[in-house]
Amino acid sequence: MSIFDPAETSLAAPSDGRSWLERVPVAYWVVGLILLIMPAIAGDFMLFQIFGWTFILGLIALGLMFLGGYGGMVSLAQMSIAGVGGYMVAIFGVSAIDTISLGWPWYVAIPIALIIAMLFGTLTGWLAVRTEGIYTIMITLAIAAAFFYFARQNYVMFNGFSGFNGVLPPMLFGVDWRGAAAFYYLTLFWAALGYLVVLYISRAPFGLALQGVRDNPRRMSALGYNVTAHRVAAYTFASLLAAIGGILLTWQSAQISPGTAGIGPAIDILVIAVIGGMRHPVGPFIGAFIYVILKTYAIDALVTLGLSGERFQLLIGIAFLSIVFWSPDGIIGLWDRLREDRKRDPLTGRGGEEP
Amino acid sequence: MTDFARRHPIWAAVIAILVAILIWMIFALWPSWLVDLIGKKKVFLNALFNGITLGGLYFLVASGFTLIFGLMRNVNLAHGSLYLLGGYVGYEFAELTGYWLLAFPAAFIVVALFGILLQLGVFRRMEGQDLRQTLVTIGISIIMADLMLWGWGGDFYNISAPSWLSGPLETILVTTQKRSGDLVYLKYPLVRVVIFLAAVTIGVGMWLLLNRTKIGMLIRAGVDDRDMLSATGARIQLVFLGVFAFGAGLAGIAGVVGGTFQSVAPGEDIRFLLASLVVVIVGGMGSIPGAALGALLIGLAEQFGSVYMPTYAVVLTFLIMVGVLAFRPQGLMGRS
Repeated sequence: MSIFDPAETSLAAPSDGRSWLERVPVAYWVVGLILLIMPAIAGDFMLFQIFGWTFILGLIALGLMFLGGYGGMVSLAQMSIAGVGGYMVAIFGVSAIDTISLGWPWYVAIPIALIIAMLFGTLTGWLAVRTEGIYTIMITLAIAAAFFYFARQNYVMFNGFSGFNGVLPPMLFGVDWRGAAAFYYLTLFWAALGYLVVLYISRAPFGLALQGVRDNPRRMSALGYNVTAHRVAAYTFASLLAAIGGILLTWQSAQISPGTAGIGPAIDILVIAVIGGMRHPVGPFIGAFIYVILKTYAIDALVTLGLSGERFQLLIGIAFLSIVFWSPDGIIGLWDRLREDRKRDPLTGRGGEEP
Repeated sequence: MTDFARRHPIWAAVIAILVAILIWMIFALWPSWLVDLIGKKKVFLNALFNGITLGGLYFLVASGFTLIFGLMRNVNLAHGSLYLLGGYVGYEFAELTGYWLLAFPAAFIVVALFGILLQLGVFRRMEGQDLRQTLVTIGISIIMADLMLWGWGGDFYNISAPSWLSGPLETILVTTQKRSGDLVYLKYPLVRVVIFLAAVTIGVGMWLLLNRTKIGMLIRAGVDDRDMLSATGARIQLVFLGVFAFGAGLAGIAGVVGGTFQSVAPGEDIRFLLASLVVVIVGGMGSIPGAALGALLIGLAEQFGSVYMPTYAVVLTFLIMVGVLAFRPQGLMGRS
């Protein structure tokens, strides 16, 4: 299972007397600054459609990366959990379907939505951890399909095929959160928060125990760790990320329907996480960016090449396949390999690691 | 069977009573209170037979899936695409030659060759890396779905059965009694009966092949411990290749059957992939009898669900899956 090689995170923080602010790597400052001043550079379409969507899909895939990279469990139910989050906001909050929507204020509806989505995710996890490895993929795929069909056929709660439209974010602080810049900052905030929390957890006792469970469940259970509880808790945390992403996704398109959480989108999340790489939380965001760029511009590129724009899936499939074939660790893996090559001594061919 | 009855007397009794009730419901003339309760007997019988024949179709798809999984530990998520490819190939061949029966060997051979290509080009290169193989099959299914959409478009194709199979079959089962006292017998499409019988034949043949021949012995040994088998000098790669080709070919045949029962269209690949996933999860991974039992259960659940609780028909099958997972994670016939 070379995809899930142990994460190369430096676990022991260097205690060289610098404050934590000084220990933040330069790359973080640069990327952070660029992302913060992005609204001054990019147009509304870029902000809302490209970056907003990237952050949302990245956030949902981040949950999968957390499960897969640190827990060794690949779940395809992430998108369904995001769908539950979106649906619950539409059901408990305000939408254009006022026969079903309860119209509760956002500070009630959103926490309820998050809690229900987490309950659903935990239940999924509880079922999925009864099995291992490839079985998990099959079971979560089946659960995702069940949710899709259920939402499509249930008209009492989920409003069937058409779903809900007119689901808008609350007008908090007098800001229209669907405005391009405001939505950009909203999604950026949650994506950055999710990223940092995952990074933190990966070095916290829970994350370390989870990685131990991934590498050797029997030894961990002999050490007195409750393996099942750790795995289910990982699902719960991943579903929180997915639920936040799902709510943002619903706000972005102002609607939610069964197609949002269909089987195609569920597999897309896996594609995103694998293309980006599952070893580091930055992977899902890279993968999401590539996916969104492809999905937005591939049609134009294909048309100029003389192919029909409908062949987008083919392009995505080939990209996914070649990544899985040649670089199981995704783009991050490619990057790492490139860096190792550069560090290698050209004469001896050794090195690659810092002395 | 006597073993099962001895170990679980209560369960055996429950199953016996259920079977007795079912037999009575099939053969007896329904009293009016039962008709008032659950509707006409004809509806019930049709749902029952549709469920059983659909189960036969599911068995064809899922048995290849479970065979490949059992031997190679390879979850082939492109299995639905193989099914769809078989359907298209069978349709083209039946149109070209005009012989419905020829569609079956054609689909079998083409899809089996494709399976050999997959096994040689993809799976052998990453042996033992289950997860990577699974991801690759997802990629392949995405690409294949789009290529087939490119080639055949989004239309529905129906493979028409020949005229000698198209009529209804007069059965000996009574559905109702007319006022004049005449008995009304159930009519059922002949083609479904024939195809179901063919599925049963294939199933029994597979069971015999696995349990009574030398090749079957090799395969069973490979399922149990493939390292040991290859150490004894068996050419395990050849066995792998053969099993993969056979499983893929079965999916191709199932595609023709599905194209005759229903239709060939984009999206069917996912549907049948999910169906075979649920069937093998319920029945137990890698077990042929398990696939048969699971297929029967899921087919019946789907048909009865769509008749008696139309809104939640699909959900019923997943509830069965969840129930099995919660109480018997290895599947009904699986070995723990």
